[in-house]
Formats: sequence, C-alpha cells, structure tokens
Amino acid sequence: MRGLQWLPVLVFASAAALAVPAHAGNAPEFHLVLQNHKFEPATLKVPANTQFKVLVTNRNATPSEFESADFNREKIVLPNSTITVFVGPLDKGTYKFFDDFNQATTGTLVAE
Amino acid sequence: MLGIALLVFREVLEAALIVTVVAAATRGVSRRSLFVGGGIALGVIGAIVVAVCMGFIEGSLGGIGQEVFQAVVLLTAVVMIGWHVTWMSSHGKEMVQQMQRVTDSVKAGSSSIAILLAVVALAVLREGSEVVLFLFGMAAGGAGKLGFIGGVPLGLAGGVVVGFALYFGLLRIPIRYFFSATNWMLVVLASGLAASAAGFLIQANLLPAWGNQLWDTSWLLTNQSIVGQAVHVLTGYEARPAGMQLVFWLMTFVLLVAGMRFMSLRMASQKQRAKSTSRSVVPGASHAA
Repeated sequence: MRGLQWLPVLVFASAAALAVPAHAGNAPEFHLVLQNHKFEPATLKVPANTQFKVLVTNRNATPSEFESADFNREKIVLPNSTITVFVGPLDKGTYKFFDDFNQATTGTLVAE
Repeated sequence: MLGIALLVFREVLEAALIVTVVAAATRGVSRRSLFVGGGIALGVIGAIVVAVCMGFIEGSLGGIGQEVFQAVVLLTAVVMIGWHVTWMSSHGKEMVQQMQRVTDSVKAGSSSIAILLAVVALAVLREGSEVVLFLFGMAAGGAGKLGFIGGVPLGLAGGVVVGFALYFGLLRIPIRYFFSATNWMLVVLASGLAASAAGFLIQANLLPAWGNQLWDTSWLLTNQSIVGQAVHVLTGYEARPAGMQLVFWLMTFVLLVAGMRFMSLRMASQKQRAKSTSRSVVPGASHAA
C-alpha cells in the first residue's frame, strides 16, 4: 500500500513525459523588461485563445518576482537575467501582473 | 518598513500554517518540539542555500529549473504527508488511548515524526528562500536599517502569532476526534500542495493546463488577500484554477483517503485475528489450571 503514495509522482512523471514534445517551441514570444522598477511595456498585447510565452528581463540591481493572480503565474527574476513563463490560452480580457517584491510595480496584459 | 513587514508576514504565514498543522498532528509525541524546531532550523538553512543557488536553479533545465524545483519540493511534501496519514490510520487509535491514559508523551509517533520534520523543513525552505531573496534585494536597493530592524521582526511575529492562534484553536477539538481532524487537515493540505505543484508544471509547459481557468471566484476571495492566501495554504484554494490542478487535487485526495481506509481496515482485521487466537488460548489455559 505504501507504494500507492508514489502514484501521483509516477502519474505526473509520465504525464510530463507525454506532454513535453506536444507543444514546445511554437508558442509566440512576448517580451517584458523590468527597469527602474517599471514594466516596459506596461501594457502587453497578446492573442486570445493561444498559448504564448512571456519573457521577463530584469535590468534592476535587485531580484523581482513576476507574478499574476489573474493568470496564475509566479517566478523569481534575478538581476540581469531573463525568465520564461508559459501563459494561456486566455479568454479575451485584461489581466494584471505585478512584481511581488515591489508591489507598486504593475502591468497589464490585454488578450484580444 | 511596512512593505518589508507585509512581505515577510505573508511568507511566514504560509510556512507557519503548515508547521502548525504538522505540530497539531504530532501532538503528544515525545520530543516533538525538538523535531519541529529542528525542521524549522533546517528549513531556514535550506532557504539561504536555495536563495544563494537561485541563479543556478533558474538557469538549469533550459530555464524551467525554478518550476521543476518547486514542483519536486511540493510533491515530496505530498508523499511524506501521505506516508504519515496512512501510518496514522493504523496507529492513531493507540496514540489517543495512550494520551487518554494521562501520559504526556506518546512513543508510538516517533517513527512518523522524522517524516514530518522534513515536511516542516520543506515548507520553511520554500517560503523562506523568497524572503531571503526579497531581503537581499531590499538591502541592495538601499532600504534603511529601520526597515529591517522594524519590518522583519514585525512580519515574523505576525505570522507566528497567527500560527499559534490556529494551534490553540485546534487544541480545543476533543481528544477523541483530534487526530482524525488533524489527519483530514493534512489530507486536504497535501491535496492543495499537489495542485500547486501542477500549477508550476503548467507554467513550465511540462503539463497541459486542461482549461486555464476552470472557474473564477476572485469576486469572493482573491489569492492575493491574506485570507485567500491562508485558505490557499490550508486547502489549495485557487480563485482561478486550471483543470490539471483540480485533477491533481482530486487524485491526491482520493489516493490518500483510500490509503487511510485500507490501513485502518487492515488494522481492524489484524486485531480481530489477535482476538480470536487469544480466545482459543484462554479455555486451554483454564483447563490446564
């Protein structure tokens, strides 16, 4: 019975193995830059109903955390580095994102 | 100062809630505070190591190192909690009986408690590494000394107070139901951790989302609010969950409940067998006398 507890891990591993080649590389990329504690651009237009990648580059001297409760993502961005997160497919609409380490730094994603 | 206090509070709160449920679930076990304290200490050391190695983690596995790391930490905790709750289903009754016999320490729990030490350590490591990175950034960004001297203890104290409040609230549960209550809390908590792990794997594109937003209850409770965050830690609540997260939640829940049922049934049948053998021995013994 103890073996059963490994089942979620096994299921996850096999699901991951199946999912990886499914859609890698063909998602469109969108770039965000964090500079002087502002997102550049502050409004990012993305296609609705399509999976896409957001690349966030941090040009501040301090770490940030790219986060959105609206589209459910969070990832730490160290100084002078770039992270990638997969987002969507999203319904049409506006979605807020922010820097969790600096909550005044916000931006908006517009899916259309 | 308030910004620092708030972030520290939010991260400490998340870890403190997990530590509290674990501490309650191991109530009465001998040397428990040593284990919980040890778990917290290991977690703090781990958090610093993770924060220092974040550049390496971030850059590894083709840029999805952070997500894989988070998912592995979360799923490890899920497996450990799973081990504990199924184990408790066979030994929980003994623990209650021992505690009712006014002993203040229970030997039965010792083998499972090392597992829960690891759960405490992992919870502190996960939330703590964010605090360390945040504070590092604040220091490098030239935040004043006052911010640190005031903000860090304030946030820390706030999180710990909420943890203790939950703990003393849980202690009010009658001892007969106490361990089944904490066991159920652990099952729900583990299901939530599994759902969070799924979220990270979706973010890394290792898993399909199966619907990015199954429902939207952010009008009721957002994940950004303090209450939403606490409910998220304790139950895995997401205002906008992905389908895969729900699948992970349900799968973990069903597996753990099935594991618990199986173990308690097996325990019951073992007791029955023990009873019937002792019954057949007793007449023989009386006959001999």
